[in-house]
Amino acid sequence: MTPAIEIQRLGKCYGALVALDNVDLVIQPGEFFALLGPNGAGKTTLISILAGLTRASHGTASVMGYDVLSDYREARKRLGVVPQELVYDPFFTVRETLVIQSGYFGLKQNDVWIDEILHHLDLTEKAHTNVRTLSGGMKRRLLIAQALVHKPPVIILDEPTAGVDVDLRQSLWQFIQQLNLQGHTIVLTTHYLEEAEALCNRVAVLKQGKIIALDSMHNLVHSTRGYTLEFRLSSEELPSGLQAWPGKQEGCLHSLKIKDSSEIETALSILRKSGIQVLDIKLLQPDLESVFMKLMEADSAGGA
Amino acid sequence: MTGFYTLFYKELLRFWKVSLQTILAPILSSLLYLLIFSHVLANRVQVYDGVTYAVFLIPGLVMMTVLQNSFANSSSSLIQSKITGNLVFILLSPLSYLEIFLAYVSASTLRGLIVGSGVYAVALLFYPLPLQSLLWVILFALLGSALLGVLGVIAGIMSDKFDQLAAFQNFIVLPLTFLSGVFYSIHSLPPIWQFLSHLNPFFYMIDGFRYGFFGTSDISPYISMSVVLCCLIVISGWALWMLKSGYKIRS
Repeated sequence: MTPAIEIQRLGKCYGALVALDNVDLVIQPGEFFALLGPNGAGKTTLISILAGLTRASHGTASVMGYDVLSDYREARKRLGVVPQELVYDPFFTVRETLVIQSGYFGLKQNDVWIDEILHHLDLTEKAHTNVRTLSGGMKRRLLIAQALVHKPPVIILDEPTAGVDVDLRQSLWQFIQQLNLQGHTIVLTTHYLEEAEALCNRVAVLKQGKIIALDSMHNLVHSTRGYTLEFRLSSEELPSGLQAWPGKQEGCLHSLKIKDSSEIETALSILRKSGIQVLDIKLLQPDLESVFMKLMEADSAGGA
Repeated sequence: MTGFYTLFYKELLRFWKVSLQTILAPILSSLLYLLIFSHVLANRVQVYDGVTYAVFLIPGLVMMTVLQNSFANSSSSLIQSKITGNLVFILLSPLSYLEIFLAYVSASTLRGLIVGSGVYAVALLFYPLPLQSLLWVILFALLGSALLGVLGVIAGIMSDKFDQLAAFQNFIVLPLTFLSGVFYSIHSLPPIWQFLSHLNPFFYMIDGFRYGFFGTSDISPYISMSVVLCCLIVISGWALWMLKSGYKIRS
């Protein structure tokens, strides 16, 4: 099967600054893929190269088998990009914007699909409103609509929910999930790790232009073994049986690292025997955020 | 073709939506030039035999309007799109650099011609203007507006800020236009200024255009046509290279 996105030894330097360092990445059709990393990690550079906004210093990139440079017309027809900045052309209405964007992709009659996107993105009522007067959230949705006018099989969203309120975020994600279910490949960058964790099935973590982790969301999240058991106790001091357990303490709040659920019972029985009252108990599963933080720390330590 | 046509249409729509500023205002200012200069300079400036100064001035003003508006159209559209960031919509599309070039230049040409026709039409109400050869008139109007449309593309791509574009306009386009013989025949100038005028490509556009009306000009319209055509080819090559290489627009 032709990969949706294939990147080989892709690099980009701005003078002495290496924004992307020999990145290899293959994303298969139908994936919901997250590209994560701190600011300046190279996510936007990577997206820009795929979109043809930036030229790579070396290496190749293709969309649905079409090279983004030598076959740029075919590649761009198959790619929809939602840029990070809220950009718009203040001369036009919402509908005009979408008709024009369709035309750029060679589509003369696109009204039915435009109506459908407007409906899904809750912009129908604003169709004849000048873009300038839209709220930030509406402008964001219009950007998504613009990326979809040509029904691209691959959709890249660069921080699509930055600055969007909670309600709208939910409906946006529902719509994007629906697109994914229809077979579109979705690649997104986001600062909201819980969103990435809930939606994406595979993830790449970039740091300083390199991919430092690339795995399925499940594997990555569970790469941190064990759980955290959080107790609020009647005492600030742990019973002697638990003092040797790894963990940390803030007043009466104790967090203990455990390998598996059988240790919960052990911990509880030690507490019971020592007569300390358990006021509250929580079992924290590993999440993407903790894995992400760990990756960032580990890589810094390794690099130092 | 649809891609090219859409960008062309978008560019037309862009200036049409603000036509008060992009069409009517330049027509009015050209007519003010005509009113004031023809009043002040009548009988003071020697032009062609049997041609009054006002009538001599009109083709120059028409052409000046054509050139300035063609330049303004592509340059301001590009710089606005760059600064507001919406150029990205064009850059993300499968439009080729040739389509982008042709769309911007055609729209600029059309704006120049519309505004120029407006000035011409209003001037005709007040002054009897001869027309020796419509073909030369149209040819020079087309070449001139295309040339300035291309120059506008270059200026729009090169400028990062509005004041850089203004510098382009104020230090290149405006002096070259004013010193091109819009307001005078270069035969009335001292030899050194005549020589310098011959180095100004704008002179050939004005002179050739005027030939279409009077059948007389400072130099042969064929020479003027050749010079303007060469300039158009050279700077089109430059603009196309910029668009192809992504200079300043694709990092």
